[in-house]
This record gives sequence, C-alpha cells and structure tokens, in this order.
Amino acid sequence: MALLKTTNVVKRFGGLTAVNKINLVFEKGQIASIIGPNGAGKTTFFNTLTGIYTPEEGEIEFDGRSLIGLRPDQVATRGIARTFQNIRLFGSMTVIENILVGMHIRLKQTGMDILFRRKFFFEEEAEAEERAKELMSFVGLRNVGNELARNLPYGGQRRIEIARALAANPSLILLDEPTAGMNPNETADAIKLFRSIRDDKGITVLLIEHDMRVIMNISERISVMDYGEKIAEGTPAEIRSDQRVIEAYLGREAAAATQA
Amino acid sequence: MKNFFDNFYARINNGKNPYYVTFGLLILGAVLVYISPRSLLAFMILMLCPMAIYFLNMETKIKVLIGILLAVVIIPVLGIRNIFYLEVIFQISVFAALALGLNIVVGMAGLLDLGYVAFYAVGAYLWAIFGSKQLSLLYSVPGAAAASAEFSLDPRWFWLFLFLGLALAALTGILLGLPVLRLRGDYLAIVTLGFGEVIRVLALNLDKPINLTNGPQGITPIQRPPLPPSYIMDVFRNILEPIVGHEVTDAQFYNVFFYFIALIVIMVAIVVARRLEDSRIGRAWTAIREDETAAIAMGIPLVQMKLYAFAAGASFAGIMGVIYGANRTFVSPESFSFLQSIGVLTMVILGGLGSIPGVIIGAAVVVFLNIQVLQTFSLFLSSLRQSDAVIPIINFAWRDLSNQLDPAKYQKLVFGLILVIMMIYRPAGLIPAERRQRELTHEEDE
Repeated sequence: MALLKTTNVVKRFGGLTAVNKINLVFEKGQIASIIGPNGAGKTTFFNTLTGIYTPEEGEIEFDGRSLIGLRPDQVATRGIARTFQNIRLFGSMTVIENILVGMHIRLKQTGMDILFRRKFFFEEEAEAEERAKELMSFVGLRNVGNELARNLPYGGQRRIEIARALAANPSLILLDEPTAGMNPNETADAIKLFRSIRDDKGITVLLIEHDMRVIMNISERISVMDYGEKIAEGTPAEIRSDQRVIEAYLGREAAAATQA
Repeated sequence: MKNFFDNFYARINNGKNPYYVTFGLLILGAVLVYISPRSLLAFMILMLCPMAIYFLNMETKIKVLIGILLAVVIIPVLGIRNIFYLEVIFQISVFAALALGLNIVVGMAGLLDLGYVAFYAVGAYLWAIFGSKQLSLLYSVPGAAAASAEFSLDPRWFWLFLFLGLALAALTGILLGLPVLRLRGDYLAIVTLGFGEVIRVLALNLDKPINLTNGPQGITPIQRPPLPPSYIMDVFRNILEPIVGHEVTDAQFYNVFFYFIALIVIMVAIVVARRLEDSRIGRAWTAIREDETAAIAMGIPLVQMKLYAFAAGASFAGIMGVIYGANRTFVSPESFSFLQSIGVLTMVILGGLGSIPGVIIGAAVVVFLNIQVLQTFSLFLSSLRQSDAVIPIINFAWRDLSNQLDPAKYQKLVFGLILVIMMIYRPAGLIPAERRQRELTHEEDE
C-alpha cells in the first residue's frame, strides 16, 4: 500500500526549477532512498514534503490524504518526522528535553494541568520521560540524558536528532544525509539503526544520501534525482547499472571512459 | 577571584554554617535597621538574608520559616519605622513581576519585545479609568474637572480588576501577537517598540473626542482597596506602636498593605513561571527560541505557542499595572515610556535571560541602584557641597562642584556601563539559566 505518493510535484525559486514534476510512490514498511549529485533538489523535495515549502504544482498524498497547504507542524501531526542535513538540535536544552520536545504532539497536558500540577500532568511527564529514556537506549545513547545537546560529539548529536524524530511516533521518517561526516564504523552502526527503525518499530524510512555504500547496502528502492528531475528508479542492482545514473554522477565522458 | 568565591561559598555552605549565617544576617540586619532606619548598609545586610535563604543548603522547613518570619513580621515592622524600605521592596516586587513576565517572552520564547510596558500601562489605565472619577468626566474638558464628580465604582472592585487587568493585558498581548508573529528577530523588536509607543500615545491623546485618559495630566485620584475593618487595624496598631515608637497612620498601613499584595502576586508569579517553564509549553518555547525550523518540524505550532508566550508575559504586567495604579493613586503616560521597557529588559539581561531567580535578582539590583544607591550618592554629594570640605592635594573645594554633577541623573549611564561590563564578563547574567537535571539513575544500570 502506498504510504506516500507524489504526483507531478514542482517547486520553483524564481527562474530556477528546483523540483520538476517528481512522481514517486513509497510503500509502507520500505526503506527507500533518494540520491543525486549536489544541487539535484533532494533537500528541496524533502522540504516540500514536510510543508516548509509549498509546491507550485502537483499533489502530495500521505496515508490517502493530501498534504498540500498544510503547515510543517500539521504535517508532523499527520505522522511525518524528519531530521536535518545540518544537525538542528535545541543546543541549550538537555538531551532528554530534546526528545521530550519531539513528543510535543503526543502529550495531552493542558494549561490547567500545567498550572495546577494536576495528577495527570505528573503521570504524563513520568511516562514521557520513561519513553525518552527508551528512545535514548534505542539509538544507542547512554548516560547523557542531562547533558546539553550541543556538548555531545557529532555522532551523538545525529543520534539525538533521530531519537527526537522517533519520539513523535511517526509512520514515516525522513532522514536527510544522516551519515554525512561519519567514519566507516559510525556509518555501519547507523545502518544497523536505520534497519531497526523499520524492523523493530515498523516505521517507513526515507533517506537522502550521498554515500553509495550506505544507499546500496540498505535501500530497497532507490530514486535518482538530477537537476530537479527524477532520472531513474529501481532496486540497487538496477540503479548500479543504469547508464543515466552513471552519467549524472561521473559526467558523460567519464562514464563513457569507464564503459570502454 | 572565581576560586576565592567558590571556596567562600563552599565554606559557608558546609554543615551547620548556613543556619548560623542566615540567622546571623537576619538578626544583625533587623537590629541594625531598627537602630538606624536610614542606613543603606543596614538595609543591604538585611536584604542579604533572603539571598542566603535561597542560595544556602538548609532544610526546606527552616527556609520557609525564616522566609515567613522575614516577610511577614520583620520587614513590615521595620518598614513602618522607615516607610521608604517598604517602597523599595514594593518597587522591587513590581519590577520583579514585570521582569518575570518579560522573561517568558524574551528569555524563554526568544521573542525580543521592546514595548513590554504597554501591557503594564493597559493594566494601570484599566483600574485608573474605572477606579477613579474619570467615567463621570468623560464629556468634560480635561483639566477642568468638576469637583463634585463621583467615583464610579466601590473601591472593593479593585480585587476583581486585578483579574480583569490580567485578562485584558493577555488579550492585548494576543492582539499584538497576531499580526507580528510572522516576523523574526530584529523586525519583531521594531514592531513591538512601535506598539509600546502606540499605547503610550493613545494614553496621551485619548482625552478627545471623549475624555477617557485625561491626556498628559494623567488620572487622579484613583481609589485604593479598603483596609481591613478598623477593629482589626486597631489590634495591629496597639501591637505596632510600642515597637516602632511612633503613631501608625492609615497611610503607613497602606504601604504595608500594598507590600503584602505585591508579595502575594510575586509569589504566584514565580510559581506560575516555574510551572510553565517545566512543562510541554515551556519546552516548546525554548525549542522555538533555539531553532524555529526544527521546532515547527517537531509539530510545534509556532503561532499558537508564541501567542501563549505573549499572553502569559503580558498578564504578569497587567496585574501589576492595576496594583501600581492603585498604589500611586495616579497614572500618567510618562510612567510608560520606552525607557521603562528598556529598564525591564535591562533587569532580565542583567539577571540572566531565561533564569527565574536571575531576573528577580536583576530587578532587585536595578531598583536598588535606581532609587537607593544613586540617590544616596546624590545626597552625599550635595551635603559635601554645602560643607567647607576641600579635596586636599588638588585644592578643590566641594562647594564649587557643579550642580549638574548629580549621580541620580546618571542612572542611564550607570545602566549602560553595567550592561557593557556584564556582556563582556558575564554574558549569561548574574545567575545564568540552568536546565533542569532529571533523575536518570536507572539508565546507568543497563
């Protein structure tokens, strides 16, 4: 069943068409990815999906309902969570608070519960804290709950960002270059984590990646973008042998040279 | 230097020392203020006592006990001996509540508001219009008030107007918020600055076509809530007069009365601010301050949360506005100038953006400097001027010192210097904001 379906999505910035008539279908329970050279429009496409940009044309359907015209917070409430290419944590909040912010849309406490510290408030906070701790160990963070997020090393910050996104109980998680800047060991761990997001939590994963090893290793379906257009789509094996993909990545002449 | 302070703090915070220090300060301060009611130093020693209660490790019961003893017994009694202290503490409470409110908007949610006193003005003018004779003067020429005019409401309505002032200010906050919350940073600051001026100019000019605010002359007299019935006051009078050594007038009782009202409001304000901070809403505010894009991607509705922040912050100012109007029995547009907004912002920055104990200390320091330290210097200089004293080596007679050199007039200069020094040496404020540390013990067992 299609969880997310985009039809002819177009996003322009002035004269530049950053995303041009993208048609994509992502099935529930997949690990799918979007690749493409720098400036291909991948992140713009993510921003269009999550409501940060409104597309000029086209339709985005999530879980059978249109996302067009929704604000980013409304998109999040529908069940799409995301991480950012350049980590965007709440630096001066603690790690656990970052995850609690991710739970914002799941918490039901009202102003009255907060001001009068009703029983429900304490119950909900305790429960939320418990879940936050679980998520921390799920992404492999230990004993850092009270650290300020900005004081964690790079890899740790990436993990918090994923935990924060998972805290909202999404049905789809968008990861924007989640392994950028990681060493091979960290990357291997990250791949394991992405798999277990799908396998253990049943959340559909959509990745943007540069790192071919990561993409080929975990993606079940790959879409390739170049100059704002989708140039290929298929399984890793199909993509690896696709002439247009090779050209887009290596340039036409270099591609010809490798063929020879 | 820092080491020295750390050692000093560790030593007095050790074992039973906090109890000795706190009681010592309490008794020493109380006795000194009692003996010399005009001494600045004595009062400062007494004011160290609440700080000791806050900063030192003691049993909560004892802390509450000393706090109550100080706030309910010692300060009112000493205050009646020298009413000026009650005025200082009243002003500190008023500005601490304003600082707490502004701290929600600027410190927690990160929305720079340069027109914050507008909400204070809304509260003050609300009670000023309904609690004075203004309503029966609506159609008369400003200044030519008929002496026969009647008060339109019974003074007991004051208590209801505390809440109306709070609600109206919150509503004003939302009305201001709606159009401007799409703006970020500098742009928001400029719009709020304009809004603050708009409210002041409205107060200045709404004497025509109907005379709502009485223009630049302001509204007076404004009613005060009635004191408790006279048989209760007589009991207090009989107890207090032998202690303070002079007759206690109703005006003095009113000072104590307003001191208590302000104290209760500031206590409630602290509790409300703390509870909001440590909740889903407070976390959302901080998230917005840290990174709007990430916050909205987490499902935080920006506009709604920012409106909450504006409304909550404004309500603190609204309720204090009503109290201020009643206390002064007079309001005029001058009290709500741009510089007042900057003054409250100074308190927040000096104390520590986002830090609840910080902004209270910030308010206390600024008010204290403002109405006590600088004034004392001014008085000291003018007494030197009248004496025959001469500065030895340069042979300068104090008598020749220019009258223009008056420390009380250099208030803004002093604040400016304080801010510059703070930004260089302690940018996070006197008491920097700290995140709550949670009990996460079981995490380590895994």
